[in-house]
Amino acid sequence: MRPLTEAETRAVFEKLGRYIGENIQLLVERPDGTYCFRLHRDRVYYVSEKLLKGAASIPRGSLVALGTCFGKFTKTQKFRLNVTALDFLAPYAKYKVWVKPGSEQSFLYGNHVLKSGLGRITENTAQYQGVVVYSMADVPLGFGVAAKSTQDCRKVDPMAIVVFHQADVGEYVRSEDTLT
Amino acid sequence: MAAAVRVEELLAAAAPGEREAPRSVAVEKELELEFDLGNLLALDPNPPPAAGLRGAGPRREAALRALARDNAQLLVAQLWALPAERAGGAAGPLVASLPEPSCRLPREKPPPKPRPPTRWEQFARLKGIRRRKRTSLVWDEQAKEWRRRWGYRRAGGDPARSWLLEVPAGADPEEDQFAKKRQEKRERVARNEFNRLRNLARAHRASTAIPAPPLHPTGHQSRQELGLAARVARVSTASLGRFQPRLPKEPVELPPRGRCSKKRRFEPVLGDLAAERGRQLELLKAMNSKKPALDITRAVNKQLREEDAEAAAAKGKKQKQRGKRGRRQQQRPARGGRKSGARRQQRPAGGNITGGKRKKA
Repeated sequence: MRPLTEAETRAVFEKLGRYIGENIQLLVERPDGTYCFRLHRDRVYYVSEKLLKGAASIPRGSLVALGTCFGKFTKTQKFRLNVTALDFLAPYAKYKVWVKPGSEQSFLYGNHVLKSGLGRITENTAQYQGVVVYSMADVPLGFGVAAKSTQDCRKVDPMAIVVFHQADVGEYVRSEDTLT
Repeated sequence: MAAAVRVEELLAAAAPGEREAPRSVAVEKELELEFDLGNLLALDPNPPPAAGLRGAGPRREAALRALARDNAQLLVAQLWALPAERAGGAAGPLVASLPEPSCRLPREKPPPKPRPPTRWEQFARLKGIRRRKRTSLVWDEQAKEWRRRWGYRRAGGDPARSWLLEVPAGADPEEDQFAKKRQEKRERVARNEFNRLRNLARAHRASTAIPAPPLHPTGHQSRQELGLAARVARVSTASLGRFQPRLPKEPVELPPRGRCSKKRRFEPVLGDLAAERGRQLELLKAMNSKKPALDITRAVNKQLREEDAEAAAAKGKKQKQRGKRGRRQQQRPARGGRKSGARRQQRPAGGNITGGKRKKA
């Protein structure tokens, strides 16, 4: 476990910024206490100070996880967000997509969101913008990347992909052993 | 009378010296000399007279001169023994023809280096392409004579000089085939010249490539080379020169990058969290400042959306004025009267949110 280097911090913030924009500041500077990012086994954890102090006493080999796992660094030092970061992405997300109840299940099985399943989408969403996916009852389901801008969404045919799937809460069941 | 006496006196005085001076044409040698008359060379195998040559001074000089003279005499005697003839008639100079030289002299300059192979030669060698020997002359049936395979007056006539050219199928009939041929030839020549120059340049580069300077002491080492050797020697210890004492005026040098770089250090796990937060905020500020002030795509999208909204608003106003709104909904219940109503109930309060399907009014 160690703090992130500057390059790693930059990679993490760039990835987070695609979904929550300048709201990263709210994650870094929280009124309710001190929170920080820590790297442990190539995974980035978002930890409160209290939890961090407790975890510091555990040997590195024995420590499985701490705080909330935001994602992990690949072997080529790229940062990938995990679905476990959804709890912190959803409240601050700038661009959202609502999925119709009929295609919720499809998304939760790891499929892309099609135009036919698109309930609503935030205005002004640009193409390839990171979006958080909600059910129509405003339950965050996952996140992905907008395949089409809002303008284009109106014109495409119903079977066209609108949001590329990146992570969904179904992963808690599907890949339970790799999510930490 | 007095002058004559004086001449005689002089002659008398000179006589004993002259009698000593003329040396014999016959030279006695214990061992015969070896001659190579083609090179005008005589080799004297006799040991030199040790007494005369020892020590410096006029005596040694004289002894060497006498020895050289004797040997030259023997060589000239050999030359006289060669068959000779008068060059230009009876009054011309006597010319002797020298035999073939028997001693091979070493050449003055080193032999020329082989020309570095061209790119084609390298490729041919790699692929095992061998040059096929072809005769340069071929039989020309029309001219009934042997002619060159290539070049001026080649066999079969020069195609570049033909007076008639076939227009190839599918070619533009207006195109000048002669001009095209000339142009192609010019291009080929230019390309060959370019390749030739490129080969020359490559050969030049290869011959002038600077190898790594030798570290071991050679005759002439420049200041830089000596410095490099000293630096390498300094770090060539078991501890990579860490405990090597420094010379009084030796400059302190930073270790070269790459080889022994700084060990990676990370911040402590439980260090100054406030400072860490400050660094992250700084980084965020720097990252945000790099964003362009105007995102063209976003601006265009916004403009389009506003136009759409205006158009929709205008349309809705017209419909309200006409008061046909209720009737229209009655006419088209399939357009989603029930569905849209349900959705409207579900929709949470939010300003910048639009439906997946566009709703008018």
